[in-house]
Amino acid sequence: MNATQVIFIILSAVALIGALGVVVSRNLFHAAIFLVLSFVGVAGYYVLLEAEFLAMIQILVYVGAISILIIFAIMLSRRLMSPEFKARNEQWLWALVAAAALFVVLVVVLLQVNWPVAQANVPDGTLVELGKAMVNPDQYLLVFEVASVLLLVALVGAVVIARER
Amino acid sequence: MLSDYNFIGVFVVIACVFPFVALGLAWLLRPKKPNPVKTDTYECGLQTIGETWVQFRAQYYIFALVFVVFDIEAVFLFPWAVAYNQLGLWALVEAFLFLGILTVGLVYAWRKDALRWQ
Amino acid sequence: MEFILNFWVELGAWAQGLLYGWGLPEWAVNLISDIVGVLILVVIGIMAVLIFTPMERKVIARMQDRPGPNRVWPYGLLQALADAIKMLTKEDVIPTRADRALHMLAPLIVAIPALLVYAVLPWGPNIIGKDLNIGVLFIVAIASFHVIALIVAGWGSNNKYSLLSAFRVVNQLMAYEIPMVFCILSVVLFSKTMSTQGIVEAQTIPYFVIMPVAGMIFLISAMAEANRSPVDLLEADSEMVAGYMIEYSGMKFAMFFIAEYVNMFAAAIIISTLFLGGYKFFGLENAAPVLTPVIVFAKSAFVIFCMLWFRATFPRVRFDHLVGFAWKFMVPLAMVNLLLSALVVKIPVGSANVEPWVQGGVMLLSNLIIIAVTIFILNRAARKIEDAPALKRIVAVER
Repeated sequence: MNATQVIFIILSAVALIGALGVVVSRNLFHAAIFLVLSFVGVAGYYVLLEAEFLAMIQILVYVGAISILIIFAIMLSRRLMSPEFKARNEQWLWALVAAAALFVVLVVVLLQVNWPVAQANVPDGTLVELGKAMVNPDQYLLVFEVASVLLLVALVGAVVIARER
Repeated sequence: MLSDYNFIGVFVVIACVFPFVALGLAWLLRPKKPNPVKTDTYECGLQTIGETWVQFRAQYYIFALVFVVFDIEAVFLFPWAVAYNQLGLWALVEAFLFLGILTVGLVYAWRKDALRWQ
Repeated sequence: MEFILNFWVELGAWAQGLLYGWGLPEWAVNLISDIVGVLILVVIGIMAVLIFTPMERKVIARMQDRPGPNRVWPYGLLQALADAIKMLTKEDVIPTRADRALHMLAPLIVAIPALLVYAVLPWGPNIIGKDLNIGVLFIVAIASFHVIALIVAGWGSNNKYSLLSAFRVVNQLMAYEIPMVFCILSVVLFSKTMSTQGIVEAQTIPYFVIMPVAGMIFLISAMAEANRSPVDLLEADSEMVAGYMIEYSGMKFAMFFIAEYVNMFAAAIIISTLFLGGYKFFGLENAAPVLTPVIVFAKSAFVIFCMLWFRATFPRVRFDHLVGFAWKFMVPLAMVNLLLSALVVKIPVGSANVEPWVQGGVMLLSNLIIIAVTIFILNRAARKIEDAPALKRIVAVER
């Protein structure tokens, strides 16, 4: 049980408690805060995988922007904040069956597959490699430019929808 | 390097402990005498009328959305900026294209009054 | 003499040697030196609060031609200590219908990102918490954590003004984060690395001289991120009555207060690292490395003085002007600066053709051209507003 495994267990606890809190909380705002905790746990996972750039992006985009968006969306819908709004409905038994089945399938797959462990060390200059790959016409250039078109579409769509109010 | 983050981890733990220490010290030292008038909500000395809910304007949400789009744009530009030294001039053209497409979006939002706070 | 000149590095090496000498295994030595380093940085952060609180009040008071606090010790310099004792002993009033868990969570998480930034700030050629490969990205990511803490504070207080102010301050922080990131990208283009120590080492000429536009944009954005005047609408007494901090008293209020000042000091050090040359001072850092923390402190004190100067001089900005300024002025300007930096960096340097200062000179020239064009555009826009018929009527009546 070396240090990496201990840290992994701690991070898993953080992420899982966050995820559990999202689902179990009665108050929607509490659920959003637990979601932030879960995001921070995932960022810790990225650090453990030596993908530090991704960890920082996770915190910057998810915690810094998307959770704010989620909280604003919660506040836009007043009805969801009232305490009479039930967090459960009558189909909970079928949902329990489906979730348990999914769990069993995932556990069986996880335990039976021979996961290959990469022997190579992660090189040190991953960020430079990523940058070079993003503007290389043979690699990810098209994805890079299409991503900007996607962001443009999102922006225009948001402006159009909001203006109809 | 992964071992660099040991320091960050220790820092996070100690930074989390520090407010607890400070607030714990305050909890020991301060008086505790709650009464209903003191713990009432503050509204410049008046009684609170109605529930605590303000009209949430959609404008806040628009600003948050525009921020998300530009945040992700900046995220894409970070690896480009670090690797820029080793790339040719065409990397500049591609970045121009990337930023140009998003500038079109910003100009559109500007012209449609989405960036104006009413 | 060598020992004195390299004092801080030698001290660290001696302490580590001592720990090894006690027979501790390697991981224990690393852990203990990490903990000691973290404690030193946290203490520096808190000391910054204790020093800059009375300094701010004295400086602003002098600019307003009044003495400022002068009771506690000669010249009132221990005022912060008196404030701390006062806040420790104030009663903590939690409003009846407030969400207790969230109300207590907010002060706990607001100080964490402010302190965490100190891990990557360079105090000398080898004196840094930890020189991360992605130093500036770490700073930006941790700064975006501040936003969540403020929303939790605003919502947890169950107060209309608190909630309104929390929404507005979140919008303000988000609006000013984008120009900040674009300016950091311009700096990274020039220094070809994201680690803070690498950026300081790459500044043969301080980047503020090369890119004054980026420096000013970053200064304004950093001040807006730290909620300083003239953009402190959300905590102004006459506007929102302390905004999201309304329902906090005692040490919890002090936590927000400490977080703001720690943030301000960190922002000043970041500005001096990115734009003013960090711990470099015309070669002094090579001759006497012991003085580099003093150089860093002096530069950041100068930047903080500029921030206090802005606070004492300018009136507050209205909220719609604030966000309009960020999205319509700063973001396009920062993007133009970024594209220009990308163009100029491609000028070949170091080879037989071009000296390093030529690149800096071209960048400075292009920045001055940007400033001239911006002033021209703003003049034309202002003239168009003045010519509007409604305004002409108002102006005519006033005359």
